[in-house]
Amino acid sequence: MFWRKVGVLVWKDLLLEFRSKQMISSMLIFSFLVIVIFAFAFNPVQRTTQEVLPGIIWVAFTFAGVLGLNRAFAVERDNDCLLGLMLAPVDRTAIYVAKVTSNFIFTGLTEIVSFPLFLVFFNYHLQASLGWLVLTIFLGTLGFVAVGTFLAALASNTRMSEILLPLMVFPVMVPVLIAAVEATSTLMSGGQWQAVASWLRLLGVYDIIFLAVAYVLFDYCLEV
Amino acid sequence: MNDKWDRPLAGITLILMLVAIYAIFIYAPVEKTLLEVQKIFYVHVGTAWNAFLAFFVVFVASVAYLRTREARWDRLGSASAEIGVMFTTLVLITGPIWARSSWNMWWTWEPRLTTTLILWFIYVAYLLIRATAGDERRGILAAVFGIIGFVDVPIVYLSVQWWGSHPIVLGSSGGGLPASMLTALILSVLAFTALYLYLLRKNLGIQAVEEELKQLKEELRQEYD
Repeated sequence: MFWRKVGVLVWKDLLLEFRSKQMISSMLIFSFLVIVIFAFAFNPVQRTTQEVLPGIIWVAFTFAGVLGLNRAFAVERDNDCLLGLMLAPVDRTAIYVAKVTSNFIFTGLTEIVSFPLFLVFFNYHLQASLGWLVLTIFLGTLGFVAVGTFLAALASNTRMSEILLPLMVFPVMVPVLIAAVEATSTLMSGGQWQAVASWLRLLGVYDIIFLAVAYVLFDYCLEV
Repeated sequence: MNDKWDRPLAGITLILMLVAIYAIFIYAPVEKTLLEVQKIFYVHVGTAWNAFLAFFVVFVASVAYLRTREARWDRLGSASAEIGVMFTTLVLITGPIWARSSWNMWWTWEPRLTTTLILWFIYVAYLLIRATAGDERRGILAAVFGIIGFVDVPIVYLSVQWWGSHPIVLGSSGGGLPASMLTALILSVLAFTALYLYLLRKNLGIQAVEEELKQLKEELRQEYD
């Protein structure tokens, strides 16, 4: 029952987005723009730039992701949709799980499109085992979205949510950023999965802890 | 605000501060290699200890507020966070000054330093939430973030530790601290703890007065509108 309700709520978000396509297109253009900006800031031809590319990629992912998170609850403010959601006969936690899922899908789509663009524009020769790379990006994105969605709900109650959200998200997600960048850069430079196992475990533990904490505390964020 | 404890606490804080200053500058010997610069260590540790204490109090107050919804817990969290941010700022200022002469660099991305810096960011965000949330929701939102922030700290510490392909820091006064230096350190920690308690009570007092003022204004408004 719970998952059916979550499914309906996710479908609502997806339908809304695919009708307007505003958020996903802004996120895509933004991460594309980050690529271009970084190409100007750090010369793509130099070896050092190749070495820091994983970091650049995660900066683009998280910055574009924050754009999406900002909209996640802001759209529900129009026409008092949030009140409607809260009056619907579903658990508040179902709303959280649904929002995490839809934010994950939007951020994931952005990543799928912009990752190859990074490789192209920085002429990067990828030697990674793709499965482990995908797992790393999956776990990193999940941690980012789990914390981000929760804090976006929190921030939507304040007067300057757009500026406040990144100020809250980035300090809290420092572990995700460290683990994801380290694992990605090891994998992208041809490292084996054994070398990144501990980072992946850290990401997994972070994801579980913050999904659980957010699950428990989410009720308080949406109280009227 | 009933301030039966105000004067005694102020007196104790003042005396402890003076004693600590005496202990730091006159009683404790000058360190052989770092000379006078080492004195900043006592202030640094004193403020750092109290910053962590303050943030722990924020966490406890946050949990208590979510459970009981009593305004006093909310005020305690707010007061403690403000003082904690102030102490952390002092830690982040005194740290590099000391590090420059003892490790020959201003900053190193070592777990304790990095975690302290992230703590500072987290609790500045906490104060921003308090400043920008609406009156009736402020307490809950801040309490929720107070819990999230506190849960995050050990994970940040661990991840920075694993990340550490950076210089390992050896505290200049590592394990064996001479007795007189240890005495000065303990006195300094006590003095700053007393200062923390004093500031905490003052902050709570200010909040109580503000609350009272708001109620008076409301009463006047109803009477003359």
